[in-house]
Amino acid sequence: MKIGAPKERDGETRVAITPESAGHLAKLGHDAMVEEGAGASSNFTDDAYRDAGVAVVDRDTLWRDADVIAKVNKPTDDEVARLRADQTLISFFGPAEDNPQMEAAKATGATVIAMEMVPRISRAQKMDALSSMANIAGYRATIEAANQFGRFLTGQVTAAGKVPPAKVLVVGAGVAGLAAIGTATSLGAQVYAFDVRPEVAEQIESMGAEFVFLDFDDAATDGAETGGYAKPSSPEFREAQLAKFRELAPEMDIVITTALIPGRPAPVLWTEDMVRAQKPGSVIVDLAAANGGNCELTERDAVVERHGVKIVGYTDYASRMGAQASTLYANNVRHMLADLTPDKDGTIHHDMDDDVIRGATVVHKGEITWPPPPPKVKAIAAQSRKPAPPELTPDEKRAREVAAFKAETKRQAILIGSAGALLLLAGLFTPASFMQHFIVFTLACFVGFQVIWGVAHSLHTPLMAVTNAISSIIILGALLQIGSGSVLVILLAALAVFMASINIFGGFLVTRRMLAMFQKS
Amino acid sequence: MELGFTNAAYVVAGVLFILSLGGLSSQESAKRAIWYGIVGMAIAVLATLIGPGSGLWPVSLILIALGGAVGYQLANRVQMTQMPELVAAMHSLVGLAAVFVGINAHVEIGRVAHAFAEAGLPFPRGYAQTPEVALASAVVADTFRGFGSVVAEKIPVEITILQIELALGVWIGAITFTGSVVAYGKLSGNSSLLPFKIDTSAKQLPGGHLLNAAAAILSVVCLFWYLSTGGALPLILLTLAALFIGYHLIMGIGGADMPVVVSMLNSYSGWAAAAIGFSLGNDLLIVVGALVGSSGAILSYIMCKAMNRSFVSVILGGWGGSTGEQMAIEGEQVAIDADGVANALEDAERIVIVPGYGMAVAQAQQAVAELVRKLRSKGKSVRFAIHPVAGRLPGHMNVLLAEAKVPYDIVLEMDEINDDFPDTDVVIVIGSNDIVNPAAQEDPNSPIAGMPVLEVWKAKQVFVSKRGQGTGYSGIENPLFFKDNTRMFYGDAKASIDALNAKMG
Repeated sequence: MKIGAPKERDGETRVAITPESAGHLAKLGHDAMVEEGAGASSNFTDDAYRDAGVAVVDRDTLWRDADVIAKVNKPTDDEVARLRADQTLISFFGPAEDNPQMEAAKATGATVIAMEMVPRISRAQKMDALSSMANIAGYRATIEAANQFGRFLTGQVTAAGKVPPAKVLVVGAGVAGLAAIGTATSLGAQVYAFDVRPEVAEQIESMGAEFVFLDFDDAATDGAETGGYAKPSSPEFREAQLAKFRELAPEMDIVITTALIPGRPAPVLWTEDMVRAQKPGSVIVDLAAANGGNCELTERDAVVERHGVKIVGYTDYASRMGAQASTLYANNVRHMLADLTPDKDGTIHHDMDDDVIRGATVVHKGEITWPPPPPKVKAIAAQSRKPAPPELTPDEKRAREVAAFKAETKRQAILIGSAGALLLLAGLFTPASFMQHFIVFTLACFVGFQVIWGVAHSLHTPLMAVTNAISSIIILGALLQIGSGSVLVILLAALAVFMASINIFGGFLVTRRMLAMFQKS
Repeated sequence: MELGFTNAAYVVAGVLFILSLGGLSSQESAKRAIWYGIVGMAIAVLATLIGPGSGLWPVSLILIALGGAVGYQLANRVQMTQMPELVAAMHSLVGLAAVFVGINAHVEIGRVAHAFAEAGLPFPRGYAQTPEVALASAVVADTFRGFGSVVAEKIPVEITILQIELALGVWIGAITFTGSVVAYGKLSGNSSLLPFKIDTSAKQLPGGHLLNAAAAILSVVCLFWYLSTGGALPLILLTLAALFIGYHLIMGIGGADMPVVVSMLNSYSGWAAAAIGFSLGNDLLIVVGALVGSSGAILSYIMCKAMNRSFVSVILGGWGGSTGEQMAIEGEQVAIDADGVANALEDAERIVIVPGYGMAVAQAQQAVAELVRKLRSKGKSVRFAIHPVAGRLPGHMNVLLAEAKVPYDIVLEMDEINDDFPDTDVVIVIGSNDIVNPAAQEDPNSPIAGMPVLEVWKAKQVFVSKRGQGTGYSGIENPLFFKDNTRMFYGDAKASIDALNAKMG
C-alpha cells in the first residue's frame, strides 16, 4: 500500500514520515510518499527522502494516490473532504472535542485513526504519540523557563560570589512533568514536584525531585482506574492543594504546570495571588495553555509579564523541536502501521477486535466508532492498599519495652539461679582444688563467648585456624609428662609433643598467610 | 624455676591468647593479633620447659623443631581452596594428642599406685595419716617427677575426679580424632593420605543412630567400671567406643553441613584440652581449652542459624524429612552463552556476585577477581554477597577472594546486601545453589523452608554459572533456575569466567 505524508500547514514543523521511518515501512511492504517540502522545516530535505526510496510528489498526487494518509495535526475541513472511502487517515483528530469533522469523515466512508486515542497499555506504548510529544513538551518547557529566567539553574560557588540553585516546582507528574523534572535536575536545579496521585511519588523521587506531600485523606485517587490519568478532585482536596501551593509560591523561581484532565478544561491551580506572591523575575511555564491554562494569567501562545513574573503560554513545544518530534512521531506512526499490517505483506488488515486498533479508530466503514469500549487490559495494575500497622502510642511502646525487659530479666534470673545452684551442689561434693580450676574454667568460657561474638564474619576461617593453633596448648600436658620414668608414657608424650607442634606452627603460619591477603581497595 | 614464675608466665600467655582472638574483630587489627597468639604460645612453651616438673627437654626441643618443620611445609604448601581440609586434619592431631596425654595420666596414676604398694603404703593417701606413714609417703612421692609427683599428693576424692577428667578428655579427644579424619576425607573427596576412600554423601551403618546411642551407653558403663577398678581395660574400651562415635557420627552428615561439623570439631578439640587441663591441674590448658571450645560453639551456632536448623538435627545427620508435597516448579531452565552474559554486563551498572563452593572446586577465584577488576575499571559497581554457610568452612569464601586480591570492603555479608538486590542490574551466581534458593521463602514444605537466603531473584537479571542441571548438596530443586529473569551459564566455573574475561576485553 502507499502511505503518504502531506506537508503540514500553519507553522507546524513536524512531518509524519521521516526517511528513517520510511525504511521501516518498506520492510512492512509499504511504499512511502511525501509532499514536496514536507520535511523541510524539520531538516529532512526532499533529497534525503528520495535517497531513502520515498517518492516526493505534489499535493494533489499525494491525496489521490496514497491509500493511507499519515498526518500530524488535525486535518482541515478541506482535507477531510478530500478523503475517499478506501482511504485511511492516521492523525491527531480530537474526537473528544465535539468535532464536526467526525460527521464529515463518516460521510466519506473513510477510516480515521486518531493518534491521541491509542489506549495506554504496555503493548501500545510504542505508538503512544501523546506520551512521546508530552516528553518533548516537558523537556522544552524547562528549556523555555531557563531561557526566560535571568539566573543560573545550578548552584555555584565562584570567586565572584555564591549562587544558590534555582528552585523549580513541577505540578503534575505525567510524562511531560517527569520529563520537565529530569531536565531541570540535570541542569542542576532543586526540583519539587506535586501530583494528586500519591502512587507517582516513587517515580518523582526516582527522577531526582522531592515529592511535595499533601496530607489529605481523600488522596486515595487510584490512577489505574482512569488509564493512568488524574481524575477531577473534590473541592476540599482542591482547597488543600491550593493552600500548599500558596505556601510554596514565594520560594519557587520556576513553576511548570502540566495538569490536564482528558476531555475537560485545564484545572486552575496557580491563581493570581500566587503569582503576586512570587519573587520578581520568576517564570511560570503553563503546559496546559492549549486547554485554558493552569495559571489564571496565562495567555495562549504568548509570553506575558504579570506582577514581575514571566508567564509562558506556548502550545507548540513539539513543533519548536521539529526534528526531534518528527522522528518520534514518525516512529509512533510506523508502529501503528506495523500493527495494521500483521503479515508484513503490504496489505492493511484493520482488525476491530484488537484493543489498540479498536481504541484508536474513531470512524470506520461509514460509522462513528467513538467512544471505544473500555480496553480489556488495564493500564496500570491497580494498587492494593496495604493497611498500615497500627501506630503504637508512646505508652503502649513503653509498656511493651517494660514487659520485654521483665521477661528477659526473669529468664536470666532463672538461668543464673539454676546454674548457680548446680555449681553450689558440685561444690559440696568436690574438693577445693577442683573448684579452683573450675572457677578459672567458667570465667574463661565467659571471656571466650564475649570475645568471639565480636569476630568479623569474614574472618571466621582465620579464627578457626588460630583457635586450632592455640588449642595445641595441649603440648604443655605432654611436656609435663615426657619426663616420666615409664617408657610408654615417654613415647606417647613424645608423639603428642610432635603432633601438637605441627599444629602450632602450621596453624599460626597459615593464619598469617590468610590475614596478609586481606586488603582494602 | 619456681612454680610461681611458671604460673605468672601462664597468666601472660592467657591474656595474650584472649587479645589474639579479640583482635580478629577487624581485618587490620587481626594482622597484629596473630602475633599476640604466637608470642603467647612461645611464652607458654618456654615457661613449661624451664619450669618445675619437666624433663627430657632436649628431646622435647628436637620434637618441637621437627613438628615445626612439618607444620611450616604444610602451611606454605596448602592451597586456599583446601583450607577446610587442612583445618579438619589439624583438629585430628589435637584430638589424638589429647587421647595420648589422657592415657599417660592414667599410666602415671598406675605407676604411683604401684610404687606406694611396693613400699607397703596406702594409695591414694588416707585423710588421717600417722606421721610415720606421711613421712614414708613423702619419700615415695619424691621419687616421681613432673605429673607423677602431683598425683602422689592426691587424696581419694581427688583421684576419682582426676579419673573422671582424664576419661572425659580421652573420650572427647577420641571423638575429635576420628571425626576430624572422616571430615578431612569428606572434604578432600579422594585423598591419597588416607588408606581408604570416604564417601562424601551422608552414609550410616545399618542401625543408624542406635549404634551411636549404644556406643554412648557403653562409654558411660566403662566410665563407672573404670572409676571403681581403675583398670586399663575399661579405659581402652571407652576410647574405642569414642573412636567409633566420632567416625560414625560424621559419616552420617552430608557435605553441605560440613561448616557446622568443622566448627563443632573445633569446639571439641577445645573442650578436650580443657578436660586434660583439669586432670593435669594446669590452668592455662583450662583457659585456652575454654576459649577454643566456646569459639567453636559460637561458630556452630552461627552456621546453624544461617541454615535455620537446630544443632541437634545437623549433628544427627541428613535434612529433616519434609512435611508435605513440595511445590512443583514450572518453567524451564534457559541457557545462555558467554556473549550474552558479557553483553548484559556491559549494560549493567550495579553487579553483585554470589560465590559458593563451586567456585572453590573449580579454583575460579582468580578468574572472578580478574572479571571484577575489568568491570570496576569500567566504572561499574561490583560487590560480593557472602552467605554465612557458603563453602565448607565458616568464612571460606572471604579467604578465597582475599587470596585473589579482591578488596575486602566490596565483600559483604548477607544482612548487609540482601536489601540491595532489587536495585541490582545483574547478579552472577557462581557455584552456589541452596543459599540462593527461593523455595526457602516461598515453599513452606521445602526441607530448607525458613533458611535465610540471598534474595538474588529480586535483581533485574540473574546468571547462574553451574556445571550441569543437577541439584545441590542437599538434593533440592532450585526454582531460581526456572525464573524468567534467570539464565543458566553452563560449564566449569573457571572456564566460564575465563571465557567471559576474554569477551570483556
